[in-house]
Amino acid sequence: MDDRTTVSETPLTTATGGPVVMPVRRGFVNVSPINRRRWDSFKRNRRGYVSLWIFMVLFVLSLFAEFIANDKPLYVRFNGQSYFPVFFTYPDTTFGEKGDPDLFGTAADYRDPFIQQLIAKKDGWIVWPPIPFSYDTRISNPPAPFPSKPTWALSEADCKKAAEGNFARCGEADYNWLGTDQQGRDVVARLIYGFRISVLFGLILTILSSVIGVAAGAVQGYFGGWTDLLFQRFIEIWTSVPELYLLLILSAVLTPGFFVLLGILLLFAWVRLVGLVRAEFLRGRNFEYIQAARALGVSNAVIMFRHLLPNAMVATLTFLPFILSGSVSALTALDFLGFGLPPGSPSLGELLGEGKANPGAAWLGLSGFFTVAIMLSLLIFIGEAVRDAFDPRKAFR
Amino acid sequence: MPMSDATPLLSVRDLSVTFHQGGKQTCAVDRISFDIRKGETVALVGESGSGKSCAALSVMKLLPYPSAQHPCGQVIFKGQDLVPLPEAKMRVVRGDDISIIFQEPMTSLNPLHTIEKQITEILELHRGITGPAARARVIELLTQVGIPEPETRLKSYPHQLSGGQRQRVMIALALANEPDLLIADEPTTALDVTVQAQILKLLKDLQSRLGMAMLFITHDLGIVRKVADHVCVMTKGKIVEQGPVEQVYTNPQHAYTQQLLAAEPKKDPAPLKPDRPIMMQTDNLKVWFPVKRGILRHTVGHIKAVDGVSIELRKGETLGVVGESGSGKTTLGLAILRLISSDGPIVFMGNQLQSLRFKAMRPFRHNMQIVFQDPYGSLSPRMSVEDIVEEGLRVHHPKMPREEREQRVISALTEVGLEPSTRHRYPHEFSGGQRQRIAMARAAVLQPTFVVLDEPTSALDMLIQSQICALLRKLQRDHDLTYMFISHDLKVVAALASRLIVMRHGKVVEEGAAAELFAAPKTDYTRALFAAAFNLETASTGVVSD
Repeated sequence: MDDRTTVSETPLTTATGGPVVMPVRRGFVNVSPINRRRWDSFKRNRRGYVSLWIFMVLFVLSLFAEFIANDKPLYVRFNGQSYFPVFFTYPDTTFGEKGDPDLFGTAADYRDPFIQQLIAKKDGWIVWPPIPFSYDTRISNPPAPFPSKPTWALSEADCKKAAEGNFARCGEADYNWLGTDQQGRDVVARLIYGFRISVLFGLILTILSSVIGVAAGAVQGYFGGWTDLLFQRFIEIWTSVPELYLLLILSAVLTPGFFVLLGILLLFAWVRLVGLVRAEFLRGRNFEYIQAARALGVSNAVIMFRHLLPNAMVATLTFLPFILSGSVSALTALDFLGFGLPPGSPSLGELLGEGKANPGAAWLGLSGFFTVAIMLSLLIFIGEAVRDAFDPRKAFR
Repeated sequence: MPMSDATPLLSVRDLSVTFHQGGKQTCAVDRISFDIRKGETVALVGESGSGKSCAALSVMKLLPYPSAQHPCGQVIFKGQDLVPLPEAKMRVVRGDDISIIFQEPMTSLNPLHTIEKQITEILELHRGITGPAARARVIELLTQVGIPEPETRLKSYPHQLSGGQRQRVMIALALANEPDLLIADEPTTALDVTVQAQILKLLKDLQSRLGMAMLFITHDLGIVRKVADHVCVMTKGKIVEQGPVEQVYTNPQHAYTQQLLAAEPKKDPAPLKPDRPIMMQTDNLKVWFPVKRGILRHTVGHIKAVDGVSIELRKGETLGVVGESGSGKTTLGLAILRLISSDGPIVFMGNQLQSLRFKAMRPFRHNMQIVFQDPYGSLSPRMSVEDIVEEGLRVHHPKMPREEREQRVISALTEVGLEPSTRHRYPHEFSGGQRQRIAMARAAVLQPTFVVLDEPTSALDMLIQSQICALLRKLQRDHDLTYMFISHDLKVVAALASRLIVMRHGKVVEEGAAAELFAAPKTDYTRALFAAAFNLETASTGVVSD
């Protein structure tokens, strides 16, 4: 046979036998063909792709929650001048005559009919966000005692009762799409802010705990021996610490806020990935391509990062959506029990708690439940699609 | 239905197999026809992916239905068409009338059950034999397949047996119900040459004693010649030629058969170069793995993987290292490259390597490279070909500009006969031979002077083996490379090695110039090894392992 052998013994075929079609596309963004293939494969998973879009739309909208649900107007036209209360705080004296005894120079409360009258007097007008309440706005003129029903669900009997009692008439009351909670705050506004804080908390906790967990697992699996033995024993002791009790004790000492809670949950969340990554590295470190890399003189750190990590990533990514949804539900659970975010913060857990405390007010429990359920389902659908996209053997299926 | 010698036992007519997956249809077997008469051996030969295993499995209907389908064809066994037969009736045929032996004895036995339990199960299922009768039958079967002292082996688990013994147990399992047809799917591919010869002899003996027919699937033409009466050559799902073995071998008609028969690696070893400088030298090199016991983990003994090996290799030569599996060949190769720790001096181009730490070794790694056996395991599945090949350049020439690095990768890929435009793809898109070329490009891109080749051709088909051999030879001539070629495949070693060492149990049994050694082996062990490899003959017991 000729020394100059042919290029391929068999024509390139896929696992199923069809010829490989390599799409050559030149987009504006220079994406490597590998990532392009992953993206294509991700898109092919319709459920994951649609979920990603829905989730991104919801998340981006919630990032701009101040423009959707706020008790400050987006725009105020007053006395020929423009005001942007969303961005700037104006003292109430801005809108009144000098020396008006009813004005104290404090931040203007635009929901106060008095301020609204002042603005209207000077040919002013107000542009409100679609939902004119923030997460902590108390409704001042409810049609019923708190928690009050969604406005569209008010029956004639309810209206009659409102008229008899000391409440706002049905037509005059604020419109609450999903009613109010027991402290008189609009449920929709709280859901929007609560969604944002849950997702942000979950994302940060997931990213931080994954970084720590993957690093710890990688070191244990790669070096093995005593490193592994000691670390494993430490983790066994660590995981047997009762998390909830520690949390109770710590929240008595520290004021529970966003970052304090993040820190406390992080203390325990990082362990979840260690075992998995460790197993992947233990398995992987004896592969021939790792030997080949050693034979090339590649350093340990580079072998771990370039050769072993990408292979451990699929197993890690498989778990990521579950860790993310676990983080979200951990925060929700703590809030539900009352050990979470400080009182007054928008929190889905607190809403669920109120739903439990007021079984007659179905709108509280149901809206909390559906928000949490939809959020977690979307995250898991996305996670599944990402996982499949990263699997090279699935690329062409 | 009475059987005469004229009517075939099994008659496959126009059989096709297609696989449906994700809307795509692939034809794995394309209208094949062949007959097997009682007591006859028919061999299906072809490269991997030619559909030979698929054809054999479809006789037993063991394919993953319904994603696999038979759009046309008949499998007539004893006058009955098996293709439309329902699964429940098929189960009666399987294991009773037709049985099968698979390639990998490691995974085809259940590791959690004893040998006795596994054989008894099939006796009970088809014949209803239980209790002492079953045990007697199991002992009889184990004696038949040549397991020594079968009574003591009954309670053994598969891991307590050697590869050859496991394959013997598999054969006992297949023979338990005295089938009329035995399908052997590459039964010796995973075994050592010496064990392979024993197993082939056993199959042949059993066949003539029991008068069963055999469908033998293999990629090795040497084996076909030894065992088969009738041969069918398959490629790309079709049988391109069939006929009596002698006729096909002496007078092949189809171009593919001719190519296959001529595929034996060309014997053209690198010459001995006694006047060139010494490249690699070891003196009494030892790799001992301690065996630790007890709570305090004190060392009670050693497994001597490499036990006092001295080699001397001059520039431009090829040192062949041969021996059965477990003889320490690969360990020796890894120890020389200092990938595992060892004792004893290793001198590379006049430099003492043994005492160097990992970082101090790095400058030498540039000159010494390794190509591994398994082209599937030696390439990171998540790195593109370009990343794989350029890795060494990143380590040894960290300041090299990207364009130059890319240029070096392209020229290395071209040199090993790969299209450079494929460098952005992933290893799984390449065939075994192409992957082995990628592994060679990874070594070649650094322009090394010394390369350890650890069974680089063992996982490849015959045709590709000879292509890879030719490529190795070309690279050696072009770059004046020194090879250490580790293999159990003596045909390939004979084609390339200028110098040879024969290893057994970590020690060198015999060494010398390859030509002399092949012509006149001195020890019984080497003679047995050569006889098994070149003529598929077994040696008297005790010389080689079983």
